Amino acid sequence: MIHAPSATARTQPLLQVVDLRKYYPVRRGLFSRISGYVYAVDGLTFTINEGETLGLVGESGCGKSTAGKTILKLIEPTAGTIRLRGERIDHLSPREMRPYRRELQVVFQDPYSSLNPRLSAGAIVAEPLINYGIASGRELKDRVTALFAKVGLREDQMARYPHEFSGGQRQRIGIARALALNPRLIVCDEPVSALDVSVQAQVVNLLMNLQREFGLSYLFIAHDIAVVEHICHRIAVMYLGKIVELADRRSLFSSPQHPYTEALLSAVPVPDPKAKRKRIILPGDVPSPINPPPGCRFHTRCPYAEARCRVEEPPLREVRPGHFVACHLRSVDTAAFAAADAGGAVR
Amino acid sequence: MHEVIHKRRPWLSPLARRRLANFRANRRGFWSLWIFLLLFTVSLFAEFIANDKPILVRYDGAFYMPIFRSYPETTFGGEFPTEADYRDPYVIELIQEKGWMVWPLIPFSYNTINFDLPQPAPSPPTSVNWLGTDDQGRDVLARLIYGFRISVLFGLALTVLSSVIGIVAGAVQGYFGGWTDLLFQRFIEIWSGLPQLYLLIILAAFVQPNFWWLLGLLLLFSWTGLVDVVRAEFLRARNFDYVRAAKALGASDIVIMFRHVLPNAMVATLTFLPFILSGSIVALVSLDFLGFGLPPGSPSLGELLNQGKSNLQAPWLGITSFLVIALILTLLVFIGEAVRDAFDPRKVFK
Repeated sequence: MIHAPSATARTQPLLQVVDLRKYYPVRRGLFSRISGYVYAVDGLTFTINEGETLGLVGESGCGKSTAGKTILKLIEPTAGTIRLRGERIDHLSPREMRPYRRELQVVFQDPYSSLNPRLSAGAIVAEPLINYGIASGRELKDRVTALFAKVGLREDQMARYPHEFSGGQRQRIGIARALALNPRLIVCDEPVSALDVSVQAQVVNLLMNLQREFGLSYLFIAHDIAVVEHICHRIAVMYLGKIVELADRRSLFSSPQHPYTEALLSAVPVPDPKAKRKRIILPGDVPSPINPPPGCRFHTRCPYAEARCRVEEPPLREVRPGHFVACHLRSVDTAAFAAADAGGAVR
Repeated sequence: MHEVIHKRRPWLSPLARRRLANFRANRRGFWSLWIFLLLFTVSLFAEFIANDKPILVRYDGAFYMPIFRSYPETTFGGEFPTEADYRDPYVIELIQEKGWMVWPLIPFSYNTINFDLPQPAPSPPTSVNWLGTDDQGRDVLARLIYGFRISVLFGLALTVLSSVIGIVAGAVQGYFGGWTDLLFQRFIEIWSGLPQLYLLIILAAFVQPNFWWLLGLLLLFSWTGLVDVVRAEFLRARNFDYVRAAKALGASDIVIMFRHVLPNAMVATLTFLPFILSGSIVALVSLDFLGFGLPPGSPSLGELLNQGKSNLQAPWLGITSFLVIALILTLLVFIGEAVRDAFDPRKVFK
């Protein structure tokens, strides 16, 4: 079950998502007439390469988790295409989806509700192997033992029930379960948000080690920028169902292009009480996703908003090599492109 | 694999042990359960307690067990090749000449007619018929024992079958939700709006109902009882993360429903069972009372109750049948209460 990290790591596209949308109808009145939609995810386009971690950040209610569940096909997308290794999976029925589920796994946020309280830890991890008829008897037991060892749990803990474990251990069980089928991509839906900070680090490091060992790809959904900075290769920032900025980690943190990203980064706590920082406080609240503002969705809170922002929706453009932003105020940095071309493209 | 992985698993989980302790702590329910089980077990051996045949016959150096086999009268030196009537003074005399007989406690079966009554049937309690006889000269106590057994067995069968159907129906509705749920719910509303008793009476007019027919007819309506509870539990559970995870792990709908959701919905279901059981028994009693139940001659509490109504001059009929029915239902309700409280996580016992 061991995959050597491939030489082509992080250049081969594994998952391609184009213009993914998920709208929830809002029904009203006697005949449940559809009076509008919640635009939970409104046109997401991104790619995850083999062995890469893409972070999806944004504040609560911006559609991060919906996006993750839609990619897993736990929710049917309203529109858009999802390709796994070039094969479209967005329109597949649950039955047709089954073989693809082996490559696409999930780790949930809440380690307390994501494990069935009535199954022992061993049975939880064994379940996917049984579902797919991969192993039985002695072999199954060996596999489960190996998975337990892989995530840092002891063999004798297999007979215990979820309530006997701590939050971090439960999350490890969840990770072992996700690993059982030898997936290529794991959607981590805020996997550490429910854990203590000290335990967060352990789980994040476990995820990174597993990635190195198996060449896994992660879609890492989080609202904690510090964690994302630690684990992700590239980061997509979401606001109200759309990606506003998508860049590799270094470029995003060193030169955020979107005003929202700037504000988000300025909110990250710095462990130095004397550090001088400019905190950008955004006025107002996130607008309702039922009635998103016209033009740029961020214009209601943007300190730099212009007349154009209120009317015209900015497309996601590549302003520097590998750095995409959806903002009218940023122009394409031709110098950076030229430098990249000349320097042999270090992305 | 389950043996291996569950190797260390104790026989009962801590939760189950706590529930058991809670159930025990409810003395009333705990004793009701034992009394009920005792009565039920005893009634299962009704043939050995109330029968018109001896348990054991010793005749001419050989043993005979008339309860298990039928012997012709000629075996005991009689004249007829038909089965011996052990209550016939002539047969008794024949057997006692060359051996002896061990009789059950009550020498009457539910359909034995005592022709030797001191006054016309229904005759009052005597040392022979401890609770008197009914209007056809049959021993009331014997009929009560057999009637108790058939009522409880019927109730159990109806409970089990309607639970199975109800759980499956509720599970399908709750798990799939949406239109399936909507249409199914409307169907159940209409179905349970039908006047059950009249339909049963009409149906009973087409067929001569026996035990199985009655079971089927009552099942037509009784399965809806559990649907709501199970449906609600499934509606709640289908959005749990571990159910979503199971879906992502490639589990089929059936596996998710019965391995992941149902065990967590069983508490609500189990709590209802004693009450469904008592409801089933009442249903049979009322049909028997109205004369649309078990075929004539069957031992039945409802039929005895009806006799009590039509023979007010013989109060032992009405009173005994009333007491027995009240006893069954009271015991079941007490058990049900204890089960319900035992499963209540907020209930604290001293």
